Amino acid sequence: MNRNPFKTKQYAISKIYRSRPQEHKLPIEDKPNVPEGIMTKCPGCGKIIYTKLLLKNYKMCECGYYFRISANERLAMVLDEDSFVELDQQLTSRDPLNFPGYGDKLVKTQTQTGLVDGLVSGKGAICGLPTYIGVMDASFFMGSMGTAIGEKLARLFERAKEEKLPVIVFTASGGARMQEGIFSLMQMAKVSGAVAKHSKAGLLYITVLTDPTTGGVTASFAMLGDIILAEPGALIGFAGPRVIEQTIGQKLPQGFQRAEFLLEHGFVDRIVTRDKMKETLGALLKLHYKDYTSNTNLF
Amino acid sequence: MNISPWEKVKLARMPIRPTGLDYIDRIFEDFIELHGDRFYGEDRAIVGGIAFFDNIAVTVIAQQKGRNTKENIARNFSMPHPEGYRKALRLMKQAEKFGRPIICFIDTPGAFCGIGAEERGQGEAIATNLAEMMMLKTPIISVVISEGGSGGALALGVADRVYMLEHAIYSILSPEGFASILYKDASKAETAANDMKLTAQDLYQFGIIDGIIEEPYGGAHNDYDYVIGKVREVIDLDLKELMGLSVDELIEKRYQKFRNI
Repeated sequence: MNRNPFKTKQYAISKIYRSRPQEHKLPIEDKPNVPEGIMTKCPGCGKIIYTKLLLKNYKMCECGYYFRISANERLAMVLDEDSFVELDQQLTSRDPLNFPGYGDKLVKTQTQTGLVDGLVSGKGAICGLPTYIGVMDASFFMGSMGTAIGEKLARLFERAKEEKLPVIVFTASGGARMQEGIFSLMQMAKVSGAVAKHSKAGLLYITVLTDPTTGGVTASFAMLGDIILAEPGALIGFAGPRVIEQTIGQKLPQGFQRAEFLLEHGFVDRIVTRDKMKETLGALLKLHYKDYTSNTNLF
Repeated sequence: MNISPWEKVKLARMPIRPTGLDYIDRIFEDFIELHGDRFYGEDRAIVGGIAFFDNIAVTVIAQQKGRNTKENIARNFSMPHPEGYRKALRLMKQAEKFGRPIICFIDTPGAFCGIGAEERGQGEAIATNLAEMMMLKTPIISVVISEGGSGGALALGVADRVYMLEHAIYSILSPEGFASILYKDASKAETAANDMKLTAQDLYQFGIIDGIIEEPYGGAHNDYDYVIGKVREVIDLDLKELMGLSVDELIEKRYQKFRNI
């Protein structure tokens, strides 16, 4: 890892939307989990950081702490400028269980976050190479997957298969969305099936596991990448640590279910720091692209 | 019988209900159990093997609860570790190779939560089963016989036909777990059971399962032969139909079945 990310002079947040929809005119600084004010305190080391500097440095603190970032910030960090075209932007849940209070909470969260659900998906380019991409946003119902995210992901993989393009998915999710019950569970099968079809066509799928990736998302598309990357320190697991502690009645070892633990146990290909993510993805795409270049639109 | 979702939860968990092995013993002939995932170990929470159904060789996989504490400890209360799911997948791939249809009996509170399960990739094991089952070139029938808990149940449930017994439950999480997450109070499990819509009748209405298998009055434990006979009838009809489909048709229909949820 780059021990002093503050040396990086590059701006992390740039304009990436190719044709920016009205709904996304919200300035990125208005997003809820962006640190507010001029100075920001790092929950990792307690140090006070100049917010602008933090934004420049991909929201990583010198101490190694990673601030959680929104889907739009993530897209800005990895995609080429002006390359993103969002898909299925208005796709929303139809509250299939008619679950008490869910409909209202959904609308409230949509208003608060400016998101329609916990995944932004579309087509973009990295280092000039086109790719389909989906990014989960943990600020929306903990990034939990219900019917909206399941449908968006299935469509993403189906479109990518049709156009013979790769898919990159950044996961950040507490798992399946409780309020949609059995429908959320079935999204795991649906998305895994779409991944399998895309894979059978010989196409590349990269997952990037970010903090947190647990439950039904880990037990479906997060773990199905041809290449699985992770951010340092990200919590990744099937059961949440609290549930495991309760089940087995003992304290969990230090570093349990962190990205480094998964690397050690053989479930992650590489841990990639945030400042190196774009170039890593670009390099991976490039290694898989020689077959595509003749018949794909490279923007 | 008009019984509440919470009563169904309790009924589905009764230790005297027929378990996976009861179905295997009464539906199939010449069952030969096969063990191990070839990577790490043998998980007794899942029983798998080959047998005859009439004269058709089939692969049978069942999550297995125990009848008493000793059996339940051996079976880990039917909560599989990753090696259980990997064993199931190994047997399914074997079935595909030899052109055998697959019958799965689902009965689990959920996949096991523990340090070892995480170290050996519980999430990866379930995910791989979901993706592989979707593309398997042989018919799959899954029956939720009692309790279908979360991804741990779904990992045997990506099938051409999915059935539930009349008083079985199938849900995203146990009602207790659900209540502790959403209502921050595990004792509100009864409310959760109502809100979750986890009964066979709910799931059939949603179009998530293909049918409900009738139980005798009072529940499956009152007449093993009756309920197991009913399960046998369903398998018999479906196997003939599914075996008549081409591989492409079979896989495409399976994909669309889940795609449309």
